[in-house]
Amino acid sequence: MEELIQQLFNGVFLGSIYALLALGYTMVYGIIGLINFAHGDVYMIGAFIGFFLITNLHLNFWVTLILTMGMCALVGMLIEFLAYRPLRHHGAPKITSLITAIGVSFLLENGMSFLFGGDSRSFPQAIKLVNFKIGFIHITNIQLLILIVSIALMVLLQFVVQKTKMGRAMRAVSVDQEAANIVGIKVDQTISFTFAIGSALAGAAGVLIGLYYNSLDPLMGMAPGIKSFIAAVFGGIGSIPGAAIGGWLIGLIETLTFTLGISSWKDAVVYAVLIVVLLVRPNGIFGKKAGEKV
Amino acid sequence: MNLLEVKNLTKNFGGLTAVDDVSLHVADQELVALIGPNGAGKTTIFNLLTGVNAPSSGTISLKIDGKLQLLNQQPVSKIADLGLARTFQNIRLFEQMTVLDNVMVAMTSKVSENPLSEVLRLPSFYEKETQMKDKAIKLLELFDLADSVNQKASNLAYGQQRRLEIVRALATAPKLLFLDEPAAGMNPRETAELTASIKMIQEKFKIAVILIEHDMKLVMELAQRIYVLEYGRLIAEGQPKEIQNNPEVIRAYLGGDDLELF
Amino acid sequence: MKRNLREQFIWLLIAFGGWLIIDLLTFGGVINSFMLTIITMIEINVILAVSLNLILGISGQFSLGHAGFMAIGAYASAIITQSLPTIWGFFLSIVVGIVIASFIALIEGIPTLRLKGDYLAIATLGVSEIIRITINNLEITNGPKGIYNLPQFSNWSLVYIFACIVTLIIVNLIHSKTGRAILAVRDNEIAASAVGVNPTKYKVIAFTIGAAGASLAGSLYANYIQSVTPGDFTFMQSISVLIMVVLGGVGSITGSVLAAVVLGVVDTVLQNYGALRMVLYSLILIIFMLFRPAGFLGNWEFSVKRFFTKQKSSRENKS
Repeated sequence: MEELIQQLFNGVFLGSIYALLALGYTMVYGIIGLINFAHGDVYMIGAFIGFFLITNLHLNFWVTLILTMGMCALVGMLIEFLAYRPLRHHGAPKITSLITAIGVSFLLENGMSFLFGGDSRSFPQAIKLVNFKIGFIHITNIQLLILIVSIALMVLLQFVVQKTKMGRAMRAVSVDQEAANIVGIKVDQTISFTFAIGSALAGAAGVLIGLYYNSLDPLMGMAPGIKSFIAAVFGGIGSIPGAAIGGWLIGLIETLTFTLGISSWKDAVVYAVLIVVLLVRPNGIFGKKAGEKV
Repeated sequence: MNLLEVKNLTKNFGGLTAVDDVSLHVADQELVALIGPNGAGKTTIFNLLTGVNAPSSGTISLKIDGKLQLLNQQPVSKIADLGLARTFQNIRLFEQMTVLDNVMVAMTSKVSENPLSEVLRLPSFYEKETQMKDKAIKLLELFDLADSVNQKASNLAYGQQRRLEIVRALATAPKLLFLDEPAAGMNPRETAELTASIKMIQEKFKIAVILIEHDMKLVMELAQRIYVLEYGRLIAEGQPKEIQNNPEVIRAYLGGDDLELF
Repeated sequence: MKRNLREQFIWLLIAFGGWLIIDLLTFGGVINSFMLTIITMIEINVILAVSLNLILGISGQFSLGHAGFMAIGAYASAIITQSLPTIWGFFLSIVVGIVIASFIALIEGIPTLRLKGDYLAIATLGVSEIIRITINNLEITNGPKGIYNLPQFSNWSLVYIFACIVTLIIVNLIHSKTGRAILAVRDNEIAASAVGVNPTKYKVIAFTIGAAGASLAGSLYANYIQSVTPGDFTFMQSISVLIMVVLGGVGSITGSVLAAVVLGVVDTVLQNYGALRMVLYSLILIIFMLFRPAGFLGNWEFSVKRFFTKQKSSRENKS
């Protein structure tokens, strides 16, 4: 029982990372209907940027976190500008954008492998590890940091989307790009901003995971990328609370399979739960039902 | 016995009652019109009758082999199979397919085919294809579309697309044809042609037709009986003459002002 | 009737011509054994791409699960030919793989094909991964290590014949009553049901036949390279087939064949670039998509029939 509760906590910490990544997927998908395959790789880029800032420039953790988020935002905007925007302006089919996104993902993974080698390197300990014990539960300060930073960023994001002018523009573009354009919303700028925010969150997740697992490599974004997309689907693509819940759900499933001694079936359980959720709720837990009008 | 018998049909969307306790019937080879202001629930009734939406309550029965059979809960394709064909208010063609293929698709459930014979191209495959093709072309000729058989459906002019939808519906060999605003967007000449076509359909194919239409000239010329809907409820039923003089109907359309409507 | 037979005959002639060219070039020493391996892989990719295009392009259902069905065929062949190392054992294993893959596609497709677009993609990806993880955890499949030293019965020639058969079956299917119904469901599901076409039925037919094709390709692949591991059938394998289909043009079977060939050649050329290979590959992919968003051929299709009736129809168009 104690073991189980401990694992539940671990699941929440791990899930927070998935949730941060899932937010980026869900926002981009919500606004242009594209599975941004390269999103997991932006997270990898974030881990690398964090690594260089701490190792080479000896910056402290908080400065690193904020700088990394800023640089990842730029990377995300650049990807959108170079790879997705031209296709959008041509009205290319969705599947073409998807293949382009896969291409960008390959490029980031292999480009980083080519430049920095494919080996994994260890992430510097920017914050001294402290172990707490609350009752029988072991928690580290880094785990707490992950949880707090994630929740803070999610709350901030929810505020931006619901309360600010840019957030209103994002919601308008996600409903109808042409109509948004007609009422004077700068569609390209809004989409660019969405990529910036999503990528900044991915960058934060990259730094946090580097700190948590102490390692990084060019392919580290592949598995979490797919998983956090699944988290977004779980929650209903387009829904911010949905992405958060989905992230935590996957984190919990993963750590629970570990406790049950079936960790080699970990991903299979995640997928099985996902399929069941989709069959019951074809648009995810918080997804809106979009029936076709006849 | 009536061909179609609808009793106490109700449909709620969330808190909104789009169709409220509507009962109606259609006799064999009858031409019935369903009219009413925008938003009265006419298309929703079509959607309920053809199975696109499930009714909240009420029954829909169709005469099959001399017996009334309940259609509730049947999937759309099964209902189409049993003899209810329709067109759509917002045209729904198979846009990437040719005009001919659009019509041939509608014969799918009426022609049996062995998949092995299709894949191996046995003589029986060509036989059946030719049969279906000939039948489709005959139908297209009736509606003046025979020249465009090999064109993509999306390349047809608007009026032609509307006609193709009717041909496609007829290709399913229906007992009852639902036309949802067939004259929408047509000019007077096209509307006159359409009126003649609908008459021709009823005579030549000996089927019943239910029609939603805002063009009152067309309705009054064609309909043998008219149902009038307002806010999801039936407010009147009768022959064109009776409907024209019904004060309820005039009020529904014009908010009480005594204007010349028809 | 005569014209119909002539059409099928011309296809046969084209197929035989292709075979003869490769055979003569091999005989003349122009094609060496390294190139024959590439040709065989291209042929396997043709089967994969054409069968995925049936699901993706013709039936309009976004499946990311091709690798899972491929794995079933591969492991069926590996396991059966281990204990039955004859060519008949191999053929039997192909049939067993196809039967299992079709069965799984059927029970997977009936509930999941109601899902739309990317939701369906994720669900099919999920089933594919569950298949792979199951293989990874079973005894009979030798877990993560896989199965090695399989007897080889397939060669470029046999795979070529299979590739032609699969392509012909799928093309014939598309141009038949069943194919029309599948296309109709893709173009407008609601209208298709309104004319009596059951959408689920025709989506499942396309999905199942596509899965059978993937299983066949898996059997040929495992037998040709004489080994299988679960790592061959990850999500990345499904993606690489997807790339072929989109590159060729979604809905164009001709395009799928062309893309399989072109990518095979590009991959071979890029092998000279060592570590830069994948970087160049991804750049080519991105740039190609930016400049040709509809792929090589869009939805254009080569047709023997049109080839012969061209003059007539162009005259008609003028009048």
